[in-house]
Amino acid sequence: MNAARHHASAEVLRAAGGVRIDADAGLHPQTGPAASLRRIRALVRRHAYLLLHSWPRLFSTMYYPTVTMVLWAFLTIYLAPTNDFLRSAPGFFLGAVLLWDVLFRGQLGVSLTFIEEMYARNLGNLFVSPLRLSELIAGQLTMSVLRALIGVGGACLFAWLLFRYSIFSLGLPLIAFFVNLLVFGWAIGLAVSAMILRWGLGAEELAWAAIFLFAPVSGVYYPIGVLPAPLQVIAWALPSAYVFEGMREVLLRGVFDWSMLGIALALNAVYIAGGSALFAWAVRYARRRGLLLQMGE
Amino acid sequence: MLSASLADDAAIVVRDLRKRYVDVDAVCGVSFAVRRGTTTALLGGNGAGKTTTLSMLLGVLTPTAGSVHVLGEDMARHRFRVLPRINFTSPYVDLPKRLTVRQNLRVFADLYGVRNPVRRLAELTDEFDLARFVDRPYGELSAGQRTRVSLAKALMNRPEVLLLDEPTASLDPDVGDRMRSYLEDYQRASGCTMLLASHNMGEVERLCDDVIMLRAGTVVDQGAPRALIERYGRETMEEVFLDVARGTAADRDAAVEQGAPLS
Repeated sequence: MNAARHHASAEVLRAAGGVRIDADAGLHPQTGPAASLRRIRALVRRHAYLLLHSWPRLFSTMYYPTVTMVLWAFLTIYLAPTNDFLRSAPGFFLGAVLLWDVLFRGQLGVSLTFIEEMYARNLGNLFVSPLRLSELIAGQLTMSVLRALIGVGGACLFAWLLFRYSIFSLGLPLIAFFVNLLVFGWAIGLAVSAMILRWGLGAEELAWAAIFLFAPVSGVYYPIGVLPAPLQVIAWALPSAYVFEGMREVLLRGVFDWSMLGIALALNAVYIAGGSALFAWAVRYARRRGLLLQMGE
Repeated sequence: MLSASLADDAAIVVRDLRKRYVDVDAVCGVSFAVRRGTTTALLGGNGAGKTTTLSMLLGVLTPTAGSVHVLGEDMARHRFRVLPRINFTSPYVDLPKRLTVRQNLRVFADLYGVRNPVRRLAELTDEFDLARFVDRPYGELSAGQRTRVSLAKALMNRPEVLLLDEPTASLDPDVGDRMRSYLEDYQRASGCTMLLASHNMGEVERLCDDVIMLRAGTVVDQGAPRALIERYGRETMEEVFLDVARGTAADRDAAVEQGAPLS
């Protein structure tokens, strides 16, 4: 008996105990892009319910990027009168802090979405449903975009309202910077999710801390050239370093370096493939060790 | 060993299933078949291998060896052909606590691709008497209410195979009885195959056509509840369970009469 026959053969009835088997109550086709999109949408809906229907969550998503932006804005105001560099590029720190937050929110969006499932002890339900691993990842990435747009978008709005600084002054390169940082954040987020799945919620702190390992070598607030030589080697292996160098080029010289964009994209392809592979490995490990039904608060 | 005819007629076929964790054998070569449209119980004490076996059936635990076929599909190779047609409840999983019951059920309706989720949700709300708390967060519900919601989620896609781990464990006798009636009615109406792990022997006697008894990861006996009760010379399944779980003389005698090994 297959699913279609099973559902089609049953007539509308109301059994003694109240069970209704309705001839029209079947399932949509389970394969193909439409089915995949429907399952991804279901996962996004689950997390969007949580995020958008809770003002404290929405507030906290915007709170940290906004407060950090305000700190750097006042530092800029304080230093600019005595600093030629800041006078010529007053948006230097603000642009850096807002773009850094794209990377941070991108990573956090992926990791927190996964941690939420672990807290809720919902992984078993998801992995027994028709949801594919690729769809789970796609759902995490979509939520990451949503969180980044809300978090960084809120900070950008306040930057304009309070300091008349618009991140859009970076022009079209902003899109390239945003995409590259978001994708690198996804890669780190997937790797962090893999580690949390491997070692349990005890490793949850990684979700908040892992990204800061990359901050010193990403050249967020200073050129990569100021780093010691060994750290420069590490820095140039990270897409984020090319983005922040590129941002400085745009702000200081008004030049967008396409080669840096190309290298950042190529590196991101490697990192996102690596992050996905690590996550897939962690799920296989969890299946072997029976962790999918055990993990939770 | 499973007979060819039984395997052909079965919704679930398990062959020589094994699970070893580092230095512990949790399941040691279990084989059984569950006929379509019947209800079978997996019985055994704590640590007998029931949940491990169910987890391997669901595909959330990779077996060390052996095979699982559900609705004719090899779960190791074609899990996604089967998953839309099965469902489960387990005390080891939960639903997101901050989402309301309605939101939770809607998410799973979409995950399973239910054609008319709004209507299906209304039906389940009615059938499981969820109306009073359908818009409350799942985390605020009592244990019994949560169990009802979990069962509603398990029936969202009108599964052809339903795996139930302790389905009525936290329900009071009244609600537990109503849930058992519901499961019986659902099976009658849909022809669903059910495999349940339970410590409630009254439930097993009432719902199950067959019983598979596990001890230390192996099948030590199986048969219809009445046949097992007669074979062990007992009055109830509770007494049979105690014999098997404790490995008492009656169990050993029964094994000898059967011409052990029993699996």
